Amino acid sequence: MESKTCFHCGDDCGNHPITFQEKSFCCNGCKTVYEIFNENDLTCYYDLQSSPGAIPKEIEGKYDFLSQDNIIEKLTEFRSDAIEIATLYIPHIHCSSCIWILENLNKLNTNISDSQVNFGKKTVRVTYNSETTNLKSVVLLLSSIGYEPYISLDDFKSGKQHINRTLIYKLGVAAFGFGNIMFLSFPEYFEVNEYWLEQYKPVFRWLMFALSLPIVFYSAQDYFISAFKGLKAKLLNIDVPIALGISVLFIRSTIEIIFDLGSGFFDSLAGLVFFLLVGKFFQKKTYDFLSFERDYKSYFPIAITKIDKEGNENSIQVYDIEKGDRILIRNEELIPVDGILIKGNAKIDYSFVTGESQTVSKKSGDKLFAGGKQTNGVIEMEALKSVEQSYLTQLWSNDVFNKNKEDGFTNITNTISKHFTIAILTISIIATVFWLITDSTKAMNVFTAVLIIACPCAIALSAPFTFGNLLRIFGKQKFYVKNASVIEQLAQINTVIFDKTGTITSNKESNALYDGEILSDSENLVLKNSLRGSNHPLSRTLYNVLQENNIVTLDAFEEHIGKGIEAKHNAVNMKIGSASFVGNTNDSAILNTTVHISSNNVYKGKFTFYNSYRKGVSKLFNQLKQRFDLVILSGDNEGERENLKKLLPAKTKLIFNQKPEDKLDFIKYHQSEGAKVLMIGDGLNDAGALAQSDVGIAISEDVNVFSPACDAILDATKFEALYAYITASKSAIKIIKWSFVLSFIYNVIGLFFAVTGQLEPVVAAILMPLSSISIVVFTTIATNILGRQLE
Amino acid sequence: MSVIYILLSVSVVVGVTFLVIFLLAVRSGQYDDDYTPSVRMLFEDELVKENNTSKQTKTD
Repeated sequence: MESKTCFHCGDDCGNHPITFQEKSFCCNGCKTVYEIFNENDLTCYYDLQSSPGAIPKEIEGKYDFLSQDNIIEKLTEFRSDAIEIATLYIPHIHCSSCIWILENLNKLNTNISDSQVNFGKKTVRVTYNSETTNLKSVVLLLSSIGYEPYISLDDFKSGKQHINRTLIYKLGVAAFGFGNIMFLSFPEYFEVNEYWLEQYKPVFRWLMFALSLPIVFYSAQDYFISAFKGLKAKLLNIDVPIALGISVLFIRSTIEIIFDLGSGFFDSLAGLVFFLLVGKFFQKKTYDFLSFERDYKSYFPIAITKIDKEGNENSIQVYDIEKGDRILIRNEELIPVDGILIKGNAKIDYSFVTGESQTVSKKSGDKLFAGGKQTNGVIEMEALKSVEQSYLTQLWSNDVFNKNKEDGFTNITNTISKHFTIAILTISIIATVFWLITDSTKAMNVFTAVLIIACPCAIALSAPFTFGNLLRIFGKQKFYVKNASVIEQLAQINTVIFDKTGTITSNKESNALYDGEILSDSENLVLKNSLRGSNHPLSRTLYNVLQENNIVTLDAFEEHIGKGIEAKHNAVNMKIGSASFVGNTNDSAILNTTVHISSNNVYKGKFTFYNSYRKGVSKLFNQLKQRFDLVILSGDNEGERENLKKLLPAKTKLIFNQKPEDKLDFIKYHQSEGAKVLMIGDGLNDAGALAQSDVGIAISEDVNVFSPACDAILDATKFEALYAYITASKSAIKIIKWSFVLSFIYNVIGLFFAVTGQLEPVVAAILMPLSSISIVVFTTIATNILGRQLE
Repeated sequence: MSVIYILLSVSVVVGVTFLVIFLLAVRSGQYDDDYTPSVRMLFEDELVKENNTSKQTKTD
């Protein structure tokens, strides 16, 4: 029979599809959603995109907390007697069908008056009548059609988000001023002492002056503030010469038009500020759908069900959980506090914490740690600690989370600016002194001209445009970097530290493929049964992969640590383990983990593990080893040491049994020894290490949902390309240095005009934009070539 | 008074008007989401069509 895919969600329907109106569905959930849409004339949903839906999950009782007033208060952005507005985050939003159905919610519930999707942020803003419906029923409605909102502790924080749009305002004002001033100064560029022009000169000039006021005092104010702060901290940052240039431009121009000495440099001034702000704007690339600031609050639920002494179930805020409280955890719910399991079969998935997706079974009386997700029915537990004191959440009380990484970092532009500023000041003073001696009328002119022409616009633009463009190129290749300074720090890395589970291993189920002679039934039986007795991680994985077989008692079983297993049953004497152990000598160099098998001393074949470690781990490490110190910092036991030794270059340090705090301290220690550390991790247990490292990259299988706070997020499919990204960052620094050279050439030309006292406004008006534009063109072309090499 | 004053003031007034409109548009959050509206725009037709057909079947 041909296998069918579900009309609603696109999954394979298996052997027993549910058929409804000649359409097949994989489960009742999908069919129900289709029925809902069908009844409400919303089947257009399926026309826009084929099988766009998600299977609705079991949510009974999960959202009871939404009827609590104080929680509704926090989640809604507007509340009046009749109307409430709430913005809900829905991870499943992925296509145009999603937008369409979510914006037609009013057809499913007439009390919803409006719903608006923001695709980039994956949110829907729902306006509903709070007299006839409530937040809980809206959420339940969304869940019932497969769009379950994700409500976490993060949403509970007080205060509404404020979007900062000042940069756009400033850019708008600068663009307006720049355009109009250019327009007004045009006649004077071609001035040939015409009578008509002479007559109206003052009007044009004072108009330019008026237009430059908002540019200097509003658009450019950040440069003055930053320069002032820099000077106060005794730092000559790039904003010092910029602020100096802007003030000199403005003051000299104003004096010129007051005393009718010339037309001033208002055009250059406006252009300078405009280009600088464009650079600033370009450098800021944000990813709406990503968050680089997540802590445990983004993962934890807002409320949890508490069972009081009388056995009644109440939902309470997780911050209100006290030691000794009895709490109920339903299927798919997260454990918010450390505690002891009291009732039920716990199968906990700690993948948020460790990155390991294998579930752990716990029985009554066992300790449960916060951050695990229950995956098998309902359990009851007793809280041992409050939320903030739990083993995992304690990590966030570390100072490192309050530090701003950029603070202690001098970027390349500021490094050069120090020398640049001193050089410029020296040149201007020498030139002024020279002119004071030869022709003192020109001295002031030359002094200001040097400061004007040397204003490091091109230098200040090099880094923003190079990094801004690289940020976008990286983003297209699924490497999402928080800001430009991260790229710069990435270029200086000399130590690379990896977490093991979930980072260099894949979260998806391990898969072993057999390659060799087909094993007989009796051999298969021995294989399965001997693996059963072994606790080695590879044996466990292989055991899970192989088909079921009868359980038999083996005649002999011996495990040789670090080599393999030897087992005997009836006439079969089997060896399972490394190539040398089973007597296979002609094995070609392998990058994947393998288990070899021989039966009665005849080599049979090998199982090769594919998904266990990520594709290309060996290749990546071999690339990295030439330039970096490599460390594996794992929270797991040493079980994998031998495998990792085989897989990774010999100089890789392997450190096991590391607690989250240990990882952080390890990095701190190496930093104090002068190492620049790149940490690559994935789970919440790496959060401290990611924050402490110079650059912390989180690997994520699904970038939309889970990744701890970090500097960059790397899509797991692009893991192999990590080395290429680091190399690209290093090349970016080279590009910036070349563009510095380019802008110095312009500066030298400009200084020639300035020092010789012949700087005309028109020369400045040509030279300054020309240098800026050529820098922009150069860096853009160079980074695009770099981007092409990455692909 | 020369015509140049009128021309200049007109040009500045037009410029300022557009600047103010731009600033107000940014302030209202119009540019915060630059993707969804482009998709939403394509829906309207289908939505109206569907409304029409459902109305027709009712009146029929």
